[in-house]
This record gives sequence, C-alpha cells and structure tokens, in this order.
Amino acid sequence: MGVVRRRSGSFVLKVNPILCDGFGHCHELAPELVDVDEWGYPIVATEPVPLSNSGVLQSARYAVRGCPRQALSIERSNDTEKPQ
Amino acid sequence: MISASVLPRVLHGAEGRPLTLTQHEQVFASSAPLNIMQELEKSGLTGRGGAAFPTFRKVDLLRVQRGHNKSVVVNAMEGEPAAHKEFALAGANPHLILEGAQILAGLIGAKRILVCVARDNPTVVNHINRAIHELERQSLRGAKIELHTPPWRYVAGEESALVHWLNDNESLPQYRPERPSILRVGHSPVLVDNAETCANVALIARFGADWFRSLGTEKSPGSTLVSLSGAVERSTVLEVSLGTPIRAILAAGHADMAPQALLLGGFGGTWLHGKHIDTPYANEHLSAHGASVGAGVMAVLAREACGVYETLRIVRWMANESARQCGPCAFGLPALADDLTSITHSSKDPRAAYDRLLSRCDSIEGRGACRHPDGVIRLVRSALTVFADDIAQHIVGRPCGGTQRPKHTIMIPSLEREDELIWE
Repeated sequence: MGVVRRRSGSFVLKVNPILCDGFGHCHELAPELVDVDEWGYPIVATEPVPLSNSGVLQSARYAVRGCPRQALSIERSNDTEKPQ
Repeated sequence: MISASVLPRVLHGAEGRPLTLTQHEQVFASSAPLNIMQELEKSGLTGRGGAAFPTFRKVDLLRVQRGHNKSVVVNAMEGEPAAHKEFALAGANPHLILEGAQILAGLIGAKRILVCVARDNPTVVNHINRAIHELERQSLRGAKIELHTPPWRYVAGEESALVHWLNDNESLPQYRPERPSILRVGHSPVLVDNAETCANVALIARFGADWFRSLGTEKSPGSTLVSLSGAVERSTVLEVSLGTPIRAILAAGHADMAPQALLLGGFGGTWLHGKHIDTPYANEHLSAHGASVGAGVMAVLAREACGVYETLRIVRWMANESARQCGPCAFGLPALADDLTSITHSSKDPRAAYDRLLSRCDSIEGRGACRHPDGVIRLVRSALTVFADDIAQHIVGRPCGGTQRPKHTIMIPSLEREDELIWE
C-alpha cells in the first residue's frame, strides 16, 4: 500500500500437513507453487523463490489467505540476500 | 568399575532380577568426579533412539534455552514392535537409566524427569517404578522423577507425540517447522532422550570418555543394544560394540547364518541383502548399502520366506499405525499397501501397480508432519532393490512359495479391529 519494500531474499510456501484437509484452494490460487496429489492434498514446491518475483509472491499470499484451514504460511529466508 | 573392553556394559546386572540401588552403587563405583560436559563431547555419544543425533549437541542446545521448569523426558516407549531393548535395559539395571537422566537434568538445569514407559509393558513399568521408589527412600538430591505411562502405539514413541501426551494427553505427532525445533512441556523446553542413551550417559559420567571410546569405531563409539528376532533360535537382546561384523552378531544370537535378508533399524528401516552380512554394524559402513543402525532392530528373514510378502505385511501394519493426521500418510500408506498386494498376489496388472508404487513413493515422501511415512517409503524402496528378482518373478506371475504357504518370520502385532481402523 504505497510502502516501498526491498525485495531481496527469497521465500518458501509451507503447509502444515496436520491442519491441511485437502480443500485444494491453494492449488487454484497458486498453481505455480502448489500441485495436488491423487488424494487432493497439496504438493508444495520446496525450492525458494526470490521475493523479487512479485507475481508468484502475490499468488502465494492469495493461497495463504484463501486456505480454509489456515494451514499455509510464507517463510522468508534472507540467506541469499546481499547487504546493500 | 567395569573394565573397558568388557561387554555387557548397559546390560550389566544380576541374573534374573534388576539391580537394586545399593548393588548398582557397588557395581558401578566411579573413581573420580569428571567434567561431564567435556567428557560427553569427547565421547561422541549419539542418540540410540534411531536418528543417531549427537547427544552433546542436543544437551548443549537445551542448556542455553531459557526456562524455569525445564525437564528431561526419558523415552522408554519401545515403539518398534521388533525391539525389546528397553525391556532388557530395565530388566538389567533401571538405576542406570534414572542416573543418566539425573545427570542430563543437572547439565541442562532441569527440575523434573519424566520417564515415559508404554502402559502395555507392565514389566518395564514395574521395574522403573520400583527403582524410582528406591531412589525416593534414599531421598537423593536432584530432579524429581515422575513415571508416565502413555498407551503403546507406533507413533506414540515419536518425541513430539510423547511431548504432546505430556501436555494434552494426546499421543499425536506435532508439526515442527522450525529448525532446530525445541519441544516444550507447558512453556519450558524439554530434552527428550532414549533410555539407552541415558544409560550410556550415566556410564560416561562415571568412567569417562576414554573408557567409553575403547569399544566401537572411530565415528560411532561405544556399544549398542541389538534386538535380534525373526529366523533365530530365540529372540534376544544383545549388547554389541559398534563395528562388530553382522555375521558375528548373528552367530552370537544363534540365528540363521545364511539369511535371505535382514531388516535393520526397525519397521521404518531398511532391508539388507543376505550377501552383505560381513558388513560391520555401524552407521558409516551400513550407509554404503543404504541401511543404518536405527533403533537397533535386526530381524532375520529366512531363506524360504518371501521378502516382498513380509514387506507387504509390515507396510500394512504401519499404514494402520498412522495417526491419520496428515493426508499423504493417512491415504498414501494404505495405497502403498494395496499396490504391494497387487504385486505379490496375482492381480490384473501387476506391472502398472509397480509403476504406481514408485510414483506414489516419490509423491508421499517428506510430506508428513513426522517421519512415519518416510520410514515406510524407505522400507518399500529398499525392498524394491533388495528383492528385485523376486518382484520381477511376482510381476510375471510365477508362483511364490512364501505367499502360498506363508511362513511368517517377522513378528508383527496382530491388527485389532482391522476393518474399523483402516481409513476409508
């Protein structure tokens, strides 16, 4: 909302498998990150995505908000960040 | 003092009944007080519960944690059905376990020791209970010892499930995304250690790291308990020094000396082909064959048994033991068991079932909250490589004696109320 954030570092979408009930909303909202298996449970991409990739980050946020069980979270990591 | 090169160490006890506290003090008379933290680091002791995590690093992590009411949890749940090491340990000397726990409690500054024994092992419960009362009578200083008896389930022995039981009386594994994860009872951190690890800690504190390292290999020092079962004269628990050739362990346990395969590590472990029985029993040598010491289970598969069928029985049981919290485990493990069934018992298309099994293994792996599904997948994958010829025969439909006249060599607890428990 008008705030300029520095987009360095990367993020991973994480799912809590205990909370997850396989609604499949995350696959609809973030198809580039989430695949579903034959029982409808999400297979989330494990490799970190750079935060500068704003389209993927936005759909990851949609998935986090859209999850009926609130099982998803975005985990940021700054290990790839170089000090500026 | 027990001399350095003599086994048994942790199983050192009186014949027939466990040592009393006075006997324990006599047998394990220590020489001089040591700097236990230093000795623990030098000893290179790894956890004996299966993951082989260095105990020193775990203690070091817990010791810097804040908390006024820290506790030490002794895991004597014996989750593996083929393992009997806690039974043997408590039957030989329960005071060694409690003493190790007290030393760990002193190191991390814990006020309580929670000993967890499955209530389905009444013998172990009695031995531990008696030892605790004996300690109380002597009114020894140190942390307060409590005995907890969760119900026995395969996943109830997992550390987060154990802590969940202590918190909320629910033996279900928890999701722990952070690394390294610190388990908490209430708000205070806990140190969870296997009973055998505690016994080894007590020995190190009494006799020192050099004494401890005089057995075992450079990378995995000390001795370990092996629960030998399957095609043996009699199921036993042996204490062996790490790095002993497996052949020597089999000979000591009067086992079948030309086995088809060995199940190492537990039901979530791996098969080791019978031709590798000269491998030293230590993680660094076993890892060449994809196996590990794990929880110390060694089940011998006889020549006439069918390895694929035994794997199927184990997988079916493990699928039933799932806590059914995570979808990939609750649905995936029964699916793996179904695929294995259609491979072993002549079905319409066993080759498709084989391919499906492989793809399902890949898709389920690493997606549970605990490591239960990963263990099953490790077992299935090792079965696919070790029994590759048998599987090829099964797929083309050649009859197999093992499935027609089943000779069950791996003891598996019977499924109670199977139809109720299997997930729809």
